[in-house]
Amino acid sequence: MIIVSEAPFDPGALLSEFSSGRTEVGAVATFTGIARAECGEASILELEAYPGFTEAEIGRIAEDARRRFELDDLLVRHRIGRIAPGETIVFVATAAKHRRAAFEACDYLMDYLKSRAPFWKKEHGPAGARWVEPRAADHADIARWDKETSR
Amino acid sequence: MAKVLLFGPLRDLAGWRERDVEDATSISGLRARLAEEDERLGEALSAPGVQVALDQAIVRGDRPIGVHNEVAFLPPMSGG
Repeated sequence: MIIVSEAPFDPGALLSEFSSGRTEVGAVATFTGIARAECGEASILELEAYPGFTEAEIGRIAEDARRRFELDDLLVRHRIGRIAPGETIVFVATAAKHRRAAFEACDYLMDYLKSRAPFWKKEHGPAGARWVEPRAADHADIARWDKETSR
Repeated sequence: MAKVLLFGPLRDLAGWRERDVEDATSISGLRARLAEEDERLGEALSAPGVQVALDQAIVRGDRPIGVHNEVAFLPPMSGG
C-alpha cells in the first residue's frame, strides 16, 4: 500500500497493523525516517509531492521491489506539508518469507525514495529556506541496486 | 493551451505553481514561450536534471502538446 498524506502517523501503530494476522510471513522489516533539527539549523521541513504522479511512481518501484525480492507485502507511508523536527516523515515496511529479502527490499525502497521519488524538500531555518537536493551519497546508494541485476 | 505545473525550486523561481499557457504546440515551444516572459525561468527549465512529465508520464525529448495536456517540470527529486 502506498499512502502520501499530510497526516502525521505513529510508526508503531503502522507496524502492529502491518504485522498482524500474518502466518506465512517469517520476516517484517521496517524503516522510520524522522525530521532532524540539524542542531537548530532546521526548524521546519516542507515536503511537496505531485498528487497522483507521486503515488503512481512509488507504486511502480514498489511492484519492482515486490518481484525482485519476492515480497509478500509492503507499505510505504510518506508525509507531505510542513514537518517539525522529531516528527516522522516516512515509514516503509516489507514482509517476506525470510529476513534477508525483507531487509534488502526496505533498504532498496528507501534508497529510491531519497533520490528518485517525486518529492521536493525545503528546509526552513533561522538563516532562511533552502531546497534540499539528494547528496552524492544518496545517488551512490541507489546506484548500488542498478549494478545488482543478476539477482 | 496546456496546463503547466512547476515543482520545488522552479515554483519559487517563477512565483506560480500552475498556469494555462497559450500558443504552445510542443514542449520546446512551451519552454521558449515561458523563457520569453521570464529569462531566468527559461534557463532553469532547460537545466540538466529537470525532467518533464506529459500527462503524468516522464518523457524525454520534444513532444507535441495540445489543449488537454498537462506538462509538469520536475527538478531533482528528494524524499524520505
